[in-house]
Amino acid sequence: MNGLGNVFNLLAYAAAAVFILGFLYKVIVYFKTPSPLNIPTTPGPKTSGGVVMRLIPEILFFRSLLKGGAAEKILWFGGWVFHVCFLLIVLRHLRYFTYPVPGFVMSFQQIGIWAGLIFPLALLILIVRRFTNDRLATISLFADYFVLLLIIGIGLTGILLKYFMRTSLVEVKAFILGLVTFSPAPMPDSTMFTIHFLLVLVLLVYFPFSKLMHAWGVLVAPTRAQADNPREVRHMTPWA
Amino acid sequence: MADFKTPELTGAVTTPKITPGASRHIKQFIAKPELMEKVGFPPQKASDWKEQFIRKMGEVLKKYKSVKVFLDICVRCGACTDKCHYYLGTGDPRNMPVYRQELMRTVYRKYFTTGGKLFGGLAAAREISDELLDEWWVYFYQCSECRRCSVYCPYGIDTAEITMAAREIMDSIGMGSKYNLEIVHKAETIGNNLGMNPDALKSTWEFVEEEIEEKTGVRAKLPVDVEGADVLLATPSADFFAEPHIYSLEGYAKVFHQAGISWTLSTHASEGGNFGMFIGNYNHMKTINKRIWDAARDLKVKRVIAGECGHAWRAMYAFSNTLNGPFDFLQHKSPQHICEFTLDLIKKGALKLDKSANDEFTVTYHDSCNVARASSMGNTPGDQFTIPRELINAVCNKFVEMDPNTTGERTFCCGGGGGVLTDEVVEIRVKGAMPRMQEYKKIKDSHGANFFALICAICKAQFTKVFPYYGIEMEEVGGVHQLISNALVMGAKEGV
Ligand code: HEM
Ligand code: SF4
Ligand code: SF4
Ligand code: SF4
Repeated sequence: MNGLGNVFNLLAYAAAAVFILGFLYKVIVYFKTPSPLNIPTTPGPKTSGGVVMRLIPEILFFRSLLKGGAAEKILWFGGWVFHVCFLLIVLRHLRYFTYPVPGFVMSFQQIGIWAGLIFPLALLILIVRRFTNDRLATISLFADYFVLLLIIGIGLTGILLKYFMRTSLVEVKAFILGLVTFSPAPMPDSTMFTIHFLLVLVLLVYFPFSKLMHAWGVLVAPTRAQADNPREVRHMTPWA
Repeated sequence: MADFKTPELTGAVTTPKITPGASRHIKQFIAKPELMEKVGFPPQKASDWKEQFIRKMGEVLKKYKSVKVFLDICVRCGACTDKCHYYLGTGDPRNMPVYRQELMRTVYRKYFTTGGKLFGGLAAAREISDELLDEWWVYFYQCSECRRCSVYCPYGIDTAEITMAAREIMDSIGMGSKYNLEIVHKAETIGNNLGMNPDALKSTWEFVEEEIEEKTGVRAKLPVDVEGADVLLATPSADFFAEPHIYSLEGYAKVFHQAGISWTLSTHASEGGNFGMFIGNYNHMKTINKRIWDAARDLKVKRVIAGECGHAWRAMYAFSNTLNGPFDFLQHKSPQHICEFTLDLIKKGALKLDKSANDEFTVTYHDSCNVARASSMGNTPGDQFTIPRELINAVCNKFVEMDPNTTGERTFCCGGGGGVLTDEVVEIRVKGAMPRMQEYKKIKDSHGANFFALICAICKAQFTKVFPYYGIEMEEVGGVHQLISNALVMGAKEGV
């Protein structure tokens, strides 16, 4: 095992730990912070079953964005394509983490490749939108560009790895499986892979401390996650 | 009329050019120290106000999931930016909901997030300062807590929650709104927002009885503090004296009279509204709300009915059971809305109606945001839209709808809700009303609408104030129960 491999192994474990613990910490904080009043945006469902039915289209289709005007249609398109591609790419990457590779992961391979190519284009829409629309330019922060560029960076280095600067997939797989099984293997000898890998670690570390927590927040935001049931249920809180 | 330009009525709502600071000068008056102390807040800013501010913010973050989650998760996607009537009316970017929130988020980052603590300005984190506080003061009182932004947000982020939290934080360091706190104080000590004592109330109610008698020949009573009545009516006190509010009060009285229902008003709970909600203060909201339930208990009524008022209905429908429940001592354990109640009576055939009495009117209906997006009626989600419309259609022949992008859950606020209904900020009220005024203008031009029907006391006060700025007669503003009152045939009792 080479020394450099060790450094990357350690970085990977550190990043994964920050991601998992940070995410869990946020989930727990959100869970423990009370909602002292019943504040669903109405009209809303009256039961928790109804809440699930309200949230599904929000998560799968960003339904509320579709209520908006032209700017939101562009946003919807770029954002939705981006998220779907992101998901497909993550699924596709599972083949590096598993041995033997489960059938469902294999079934995502082809579409995952397409997703990888479309992905930077969708992100391009999202980023161009930010400086071409006055209102977005006003509200956008460094962090908003940062995360888009970071993810574009991950996507482009991935494309480079796949089409132009190929590295040994056997080595990559050995390295990742080594991480997963806690039996560290050497880092593949590829600068491009190293960059790709490091960018992913940055994303992992950044995630729990950033707006990316919307991935969980969408499930717990009380305006949508509460049932409209104030007549039936008293929403009691310890502090109140 | 004033030193600002009323937006032009073109019949179209267009997204304005961004004009930083366009409404920066519009400020509510700060409450005097005596008033602050009377409502239990520090009299004024102390030398250590910044520490108090941050401490209070930390407390709010622990107490309200909405605030905590919303501050964390907004992706600044921009979907809300052109949905706020105050932005549409002023072009001031701080009135874009997300950018209003940013005033709080920037402080949140500085003191409560890892990124903000480590990277400061790069992470858009700002220390609290006099200047920033002044921006809070301006723009968190240019939000009517109408929740329109929440409807379009992919996560349902509700700027109203942030606004309420901001006002609560400012109150806690000694910086309160004169207008809002005077009302809170009067509601808690005298029992209504206007500060009318029982004698004044009684003589007004008597006056309304006389009015009804004069118009109809029938003396429909406005019973006062009647023990054992079936119904306690809690309605905004504006209904007792303001126009057109008072015509809806006549309507309620006539409906009860004709249906033969025993009811009462209460001098103790002579207010349906609840400004404790506007300032985001749980305890004040609870104290104000409690008077209604104390009165209901004392008078041994069977049910409580709420009059026409948006935020009052939110407080009663959505919050009162939590705040002061459970209402086991009542036969009807939940407060009912007067519209639900009257429609039931109409469906049962208990009221005789003559639609032609409203033939001079082509009516359109403005969904009040607190009814539309913050509460419900009936049994099915969305009944808060159909019930008032069914009522109007039962008493009028000509009803027309405004653009569906601006009704129902998408309705525009009147521009005066959420504690903004005060004269020193009339400019923001007039400009904030612009989107709704454009739609009304459109329906006037296309369908000849000439009656703007409402079920909210604040909406009524706001529109009567701003219609003239736009060159429309304020007499076109009215209540749904005013229309019912017009159509209700008195005397000829059909029985329940
Ligand atoms: C690992 C999970 C996720 C990541 C890395 C992620 C990443 C992102 C990023 C970077 C943006 C900002 C785009 C921009 O700046 O324009 C964004 C926006 C958004 N995300 Fe996610 N997201 C995740 C999960 C989710 C989930 C589960 C939902 C379900 C509702 C969601 C819904 C949205 C929506 C509606 C937007 C706004 C539209 C847009 O800007 O594309 N995201 N997300
Ligand atoms: S719509 Fe929601 S997520 Fe998008 S900018 Fe506004 S508050 Fe933030
Ligand atoms: S709650 Fe209403 S007034 Fe406040 S920011 Fe949202 S849209 Fe504007
Ligand atoms: S006054 Fe009427 S329109 Fe305005 S905020 Fe209240 S309910 Fe909404």
